[in-house]
Amino acid sequence: MALIAEGVRPAAARPAGPGSGRSLRDGLQHPLTLRFLSFAIALAAWEYAGRLPISPSFPAFSETFAALVGMILDGSLLAAFAVTLTPLAIGITLSALIGVGLGVLMGLSEKAEWFGVPVFIVMQAAPLAALVPLLVLAYGIGNLTKVFVVCIMAMPVIVLNSFKAVRHTPSSLVEMSTSFGATSAQRIGKIILPSATPVIFAGLRLGTAAGFVGAVLAELLVTPTGIGDIITYNQSTADYPKMYAAIAAVIVVSVLFIEFLGWVEQRFLRPEKRASK
Amino acid sequence: MTVTAIHAPTPAAAPVPAAPIVEVRNISKIYPGGVEALNNISLSFPEGELTSLLGPSGCGKTTLLKIIAGLLQPTAGEVLVRGRRVTAPGPERSFVFQDFALMPWATVIRNAAFGLELRGVARSEREAVAEKYIASVGLKGFERKYPHELSGGMRQRVGLARALAVNADIVMMDEPFSAVDEQTRRQFQEDLLRLVATERKTFLFVTHSIEEAVYVSNRIVLLSRRPSRVSEIIDVDLPRESDPEQIRRHPTYLDAVEGIWQTLKHYLD
Repeated sequence: MALIAEGVRPAAARPAGPGSGRSLRDGLQHPLTLRFLSFAIALAAWEYAGRLPISPSFPAFSETFAALVGMILDGSLLAAFAVTLTPLAIGITLSALIGVGLGVLMGLSEKAEWFGVPVFIVMQAAPLAALVPLLVLAYGIGNLTKVFVVCIMAMPVIVLNSFKAVRHTPSSLVEMSTSFGATSAQRIGKIILPSATPVIFAGLRLGTAAGFVGAVLAELLVTPTGIGDIITYNQSTADYPKMYAAIAAVIVVSVLFIEFLGWVEQRFLRPEKRASK
Repeated sequence: MTVTAIHAPTPAAAPVPAAPIVEVRNISKIYPGGVEALNNISLSFPEGELTSLLGPSGCGKTTLLKIIAGLLQPTAGEVLVRGRRVTAPGPERSFVFQDFALMPWATVIRNAAFGLELRGVARSEREAVAEKYIASVGLKGFERKYPHELSGGMRQRVGLARALAVNADIVMMDEPFSAVDEQTRRQFQEDLLRLVATERKTFLFVTHSIEEAVYVSNRIVLLSRRPSRVSEIIDVDLPRESDPEQIRRHPTYLDAVEGIWQTLKHYLD
């Protein structure tokens, strides 16, 4: 029983690499080069705008960067992050676990969908800043309120993405698993969840970004602690480079964490993505 | 229902008629919304043969195949496999999907072994079986590739290996070659004939190509336009051992293609 097909052979060795004439152009078009260029242009525009200056309260990039280095060296930034990251980490972990769980459940069951989806659509549309005073009345000014704010920001997008991810499982894969006798547990574990992974992770990345915004918002609206304290304190003393440095630091940490999530997804859950490179 | 038998000019000794392995009794299917796909179809499929379901597009051939597979429930009627009524998929039947239905996150070998994985066969054992069938469909060396690294024809070979690896007696194929190009298609048809000869399985094959049906089948069931009824059953008796070019020029082949075309033409207007 040997059915060797013509034209179906393991791929031949790849042709030799590009010649040196093309390497400069390829180098310029490399994703990393383009990303670096994009950053450089934005930072140069920032520096230029700060030196004009467009406003006395808008520092140039170089001043902000110097303030950032200063706060890293004197340890105040790290201490502030330790404070801010506590409700943020708790809030994002809760949002991820509960959010993916609820979203998947709503994707699998229409009853859960009817019950749950409206709540999260309302939550997503709610003006959070107006709700914070209510949360403070109910839960005080401690970390509990801040965790709530992070969750309200992060959870809806995680839930709704997980829900849609499960709903969009290709029906032919589900039919295939049925035809080979899959149990419900096998269908969920071996077909639905792997198929939903990319969209669930897209939701986790969006949710994490929203969670970072929520954490800072909570510190600005509830009680100024951590990064929120650096921002409000330096704003009141007109030390704008430090204020912007704190904001920039939050953005950098947020982006790094989101990139890390993407790396975790590709490294552990999407082997086929690595194979294509 | 007329039954036409077309025989080769030099008929061999008449073979003993094979016992039906699958019987379809009075199957009707009305989809929610009122579309009547099948109307009181009764058929039997002999063991060890390749039977094609052929008919105008949208005539319900795939619906009938999926009902036999247990993937769809008929509105009325029943399906018997070896005399036992079935309403759900079972280990004695396996399915090859029109759109391949491969898991994009799994390697060729995991896809091919998936039926066995669902049955709880140990990894080393199921991969050994899958390797054998991957080789038999001509994909040796591609075991660790992912579906997106393969061409359409190669992906369908994985689908075929997966259906063979579970060692079902009945392999059902839903327009398996419709998404691949013509050259690959011909190669595939020849491979399929070799598989039919070596695997001793019953194949049920859905196609909308007259040439394909005549080339690969022992028996062709012609379905009428929706709501489908059996219009004609044609036995194709071709000298399978000759080379493909001769078969495609054989008078029996040409007559069968022309005869079916004349019948199907009525359903076009």
